[in-house]
Amino acid sequence: MKLLDFLKRERKKTANVAKERLQIIVAHQRSQRDQPDYMPMLERELLEVIRKYVQVDQDAINISLDREDDCSVLELNVTLPRPGEKN
Amino acid sequence: MAKIIVVTSGKGGVGKTTSAAAIATGLALRGNKTVVIDFDVGLRNLDLIMGCERRVVYDLVNVIQGEANLKQALIRDKRIDNLHILPASQTRDKDALTQEGVEKILIALREDFDYVICDSPAGIERGAQLAMYFADEAVVVTNPEVSSVRDSDRIIGLLSSKTRRAEIGESPVVEHLLITRYHPARVTGGDMLNLTDIQEILSIPLIGLIPESDAVLRASNQGVPVTHDQKSDAGQAYVDCVSRLLGEEVPLRFHEIEKRSLLARMFGGGRK
Ligand SMILES: Nc1ncnc2c1ncn2[C@@H]1O[C@H](COP(=O)(O)OP(=O)(O)OP(=O)(O)O)[C@@H](O)[C@H]1O
Ligand SMILES: [Mg+2]
Repeated sequence: MKLLDFLKRERKKTANVAKERLQIIVAHQRSQRDQPDYMPMLERELLEVIRKYVQVDQDAINISLDREDDCSVLELNVTLPRPGEKN
Repeated sequence: MAKIIVVTSGKGGVGKTTSAAAIATGLALRGNKTVVIDFDVGLRNLDLIMGCERRVVYDLVNVIQGEANLKQALIRDKRIDNLHILPASQTRDKDALTQEGVEKILIALREDFDYVICDSPAGIERGAQLAMYFADEAVVVTNPEVSSVRDSDRIIGLLSSKTRRAEIGESPVVEHLLITRYHPARVTGGDMLNLTDIQEILSIPLIGLIPESDAVLRASNQGVPVTHDQKSDAGQAYVDCVSRLLGEEVPLRFHEIEKRSLLARMFGGGRK
């Protein structure tokens, strides 16, 4: 059994590595593909609302939509400046 | 009413123009009135592959800008009567293409032809998006190589969102996978992605498999689409591809190493 495993591992060719890498990258691309069209707009407006209270940069906000079984979860990450620090 | 088929890929240099020329030629040889359009504005090449570069007078942009009419710009293929070429402009920049302009041309061609083949430029920008926008079907040209496969996936994403059919909610663009420059020996050696892996990753149906072939370079040298070279593997593979586009079932060829082993030779036959 061990010998067989060894032989199999030996035979792991670059094409298999390529396939594994592609499966991951393509899955990622597809998750982005399915994002609704309103996401960029939503992101911009959320940023405006936050800016009414705190001055943050464009890239301080990160938004993503993850699909679960029966609902979607909107994840919003905002990096706020350290208190007292003027921006 | 013509079917509009875009030949696209995302990545450059994978064989779009070779395939557009070969497929258009194959469709015309099967009796379909066919026109093939070069959308690669600024970098036209289809005219060379089709062997009509010295007969280009007007081009796609001239027609869009009203400097020539469609009839003046269409070039009749010198080998097949029912095949026409609409060349791209060599001098203008890409912005000369407008969606309205392209639409007008396609609507006019639709009336007169059975097939309109659009040879897309590389990339996912404006030119590529215009080439696919009005398509009914898409041939996604992919090489067995990571960056080509990834780019094909991006293009498949655009086909399902940035086309007229997607935007007005009509039935989606029919997608076909065309694997080109396939090298069975390297696949068997484990250093080239095999066709089932590529199909599995992209999950669109296979319309053809074109082997890496010396015949392609010979064909482009002469300006004779490789479909005319029916002794060659690539020429035969494109004919198979065309048959499948026409809805026929054709078994796959050229995906295995040519078995001219000692055994095969001893017992005669042994042709792939
Ligand atoms: N099956 C094949 N076997 C060998 N060489 C090939 C094959 N298919 C294409 N080629 C070669 O690959 C090169 C690129 O082909 P082609 O111009 O058709 O690609 P393209 O996708 O249209 O490129 P671009 O993105 O620049 O428009 C050419 O030199 C062509 O001869
Ligand atoms: Mg090309």
